Amino acid sequence: MSVKVENLSVAYRMRAGDVCPVEGVSFTVADGEIMGLAGESGCGKSTLGNSLVFMEGRMRHLGGRVAVDGQELPIADFRAMRPYRMAKVSLVPQYAMNALNPTRRISRLTADLLRSHDVRESDVLEEMKRRIRLIGLGEDVLGKYSFELSGGMRQRVTVILSTLLNPSLLIADEVTSALDVSTQRAVGEMLMEFRDRGFVKSVIAITHDLSILAQIADSILVMYAGRLAEKASTADIIKAPLHPYTQMLLASLPEVGVRYDEATLTGIPGRPPSLVNPPAGCRFADRCPFARAQCGQAPPFEEVEPGRHVACWKVSQRWPEGGGRA
Amino acid sequence: MTALQIDQVSKAFRASTPGGGVTPALRKVSFDIGHGEVVTLIGESGSGKTTLGRIILRLTPPSSGRVVFEGNDISAFGHARLRDYYRQVQGVFQDPFSSYNPIYKADRVFEMIRGVYFPHLGEPAWQDKIESALAAVALNPGDVLGKYPHQLSGGQQQRLLIARALLLDVRLLVADEIISMLDASTRVDILNLLISLKRSGLAILFITHDLSLGNYVSDRTVILRHGAIVEMGDTVKVFGNPRHPYTRNLLTAVPELHRKWQPAAGAVTRPAGVAGAGEAPVPAPASDPPRLTEYEENHLVAEDAA
Repeated sequence: MSVKVENLSVAYRMRAGDVCPVEGVSFTVADGEIMGLAGESGCGKSTLGNSLVFMEGRMRHLGGRVAVDGQELPIADFRAMRPYRMAKVSLVPQYAMNALNPTRRISRLTADLLRSHDVRESDVLEEMKRRIRLIGLGEDVLGKYSFELSGGMRQRVTVILSTLLNPSLLIADEVTSALDVSTQRAVGEMLMEFRDRGFVKSVIAITHDLSILAQIADSILVMYAGRLAEKASTADIIKAPLHPYTQMLLASLPEVGVRYDEATLTGIPGRPPSLVNPPAGCRFADRCPFARAQCGQAPPFEEVEPGRHVACWKVSQRWPEGGGRA
Repeated sequence: MTALQIDQVSKAFRASTPGGGVTPALRKVSFDIGHGEVVTLIGESGSGKTTLGRIILRLTPPSSGRVVFEGNDISAFGHARLRDYYRQVQGVFQDPFSSYNPIYKADRVFEMIRGVYFPHLGEPAWQDKIESALAAVALNPGDVLGKYPHQLSGGQQQRLLIARALLLDVRLLVADEIISMLDASTRVDILNLLISLKRSGLAILFITHDLSLGNYVSDRTVILRHGAIVEMGDTVKVFGNPRHPYTRNLLTAVPELHRKWQPAAGAVTRPAGVAGAGEAPVPAPASDPPRLTEYEENHLVAEDAA
């Protein structure tokens, strides 16, 4: 197992108390696997991704372990993580493409970045140029300023930079969002190609967009309100989701070719619970049409079939379909 | 009846730097929207779709061409006529969080309308109006009135802005990417709301870059590239039988749940050394857009399709 996360909990300190957007999270990502991490705004998916690489000051590690290639990462220790970043685990944070310094050419940015990781630029420059050509950009992007590049070009440059040292794990947070469909496709295909060529062993692709994950991911992990809801292969999640939340989320997505006069789609009524004093039991219960009294207790995230993990009493105890609220 | 007619509208932006060129944002765009019709305007970043929305709302003047609302050229409107125009034509934009002032309660957007359009309306009549507008967007008054913007979800905020438009005698709604910042589970509710408003006679221009959303909601579709229309017509025909290579390319790039990306037909997705995937060179400012010819009834395609 390339990446193993065990019982990880991360909190933000707030005046109102600790808010815990990642609570008791366990999963594994195999070598060569692109795992999609999906969920709606505020479900904790970005916090989870960031905490594996870059535990910033306001985040607090409450417990749990992360191992990559059998080696435990000191994720709670910001300084001790330093040698692992970029070399072992790499993060493309959300909006990274907008964070490229506009007063430095891409080549200069690269040099600064490499120096801060004690890597000689001459050792990797040729490889960087090769990868730039590989994804269909010209080497001249190195001599440009970030504002001279389109959004899609900037996004691809950030992915090249973060995978330059061939990390074992790349966490790509919303790298395809805010891009046009054709550019989205180019970035998505780039992630797959980099995985195929071994530039990166495993990828966690964080996004709210399930249809992108249907294209690029091998497996999908769905989060809801700070907890894991479901993990399975992409085909299983898309074709036969088990968790009621996954089912309702998929049913609310319009597809090309579906029009309102043919099929009326429905959203999920209500909204996710606040993570300040969240409800004790299943966090989806108050939006779930199948909820029963037992949902007042939190369901465990457990393997219900080989390779399929779900946190739902309805699934693990095989309630008959159509059971209403108790 | 035609609600809005867009007639040969062009817009060029001049760069503010000395020697800066002219960017053609729109090139002789013509189409119309009927009452009770949703027209989707689809385009990638920089295609000019938002500029067109702003021109219709008279937030930006066109360089040439006319926008005609129910028979009247909107550029001729003076102050009083313009106020009347905004009574009937309203816009809702992408980012609900920036449409509200976080210091004030969210329903202040209603009060601002009251000050301008209904200064003499009594309190009970005003409350009735608000109640029916909120009912039309399926909001419970108790959930949203008297709350601050941060206490509302993105979906509630967007609905509140649509309700604000409904307080007026709105006949045309310009909806510019109104759901792209919402979560998937609430997006479709806003789309269904637009459909029910359209059924009650509202004309809607739905501006988006998301083809599947546009396909779901609209009767007719206009596809814009570099400020010019490449294909337009009946939504079923444009999506079911796309004729222009650009439209086809867009459709093959759309991520779908149940079908993997197919190799792009004809065009290369990733041309070496070119800016972005599938990007065509930006046309010269002065060049005329390709002419549209009728492929079949209610389906026009630009002549450069070949």
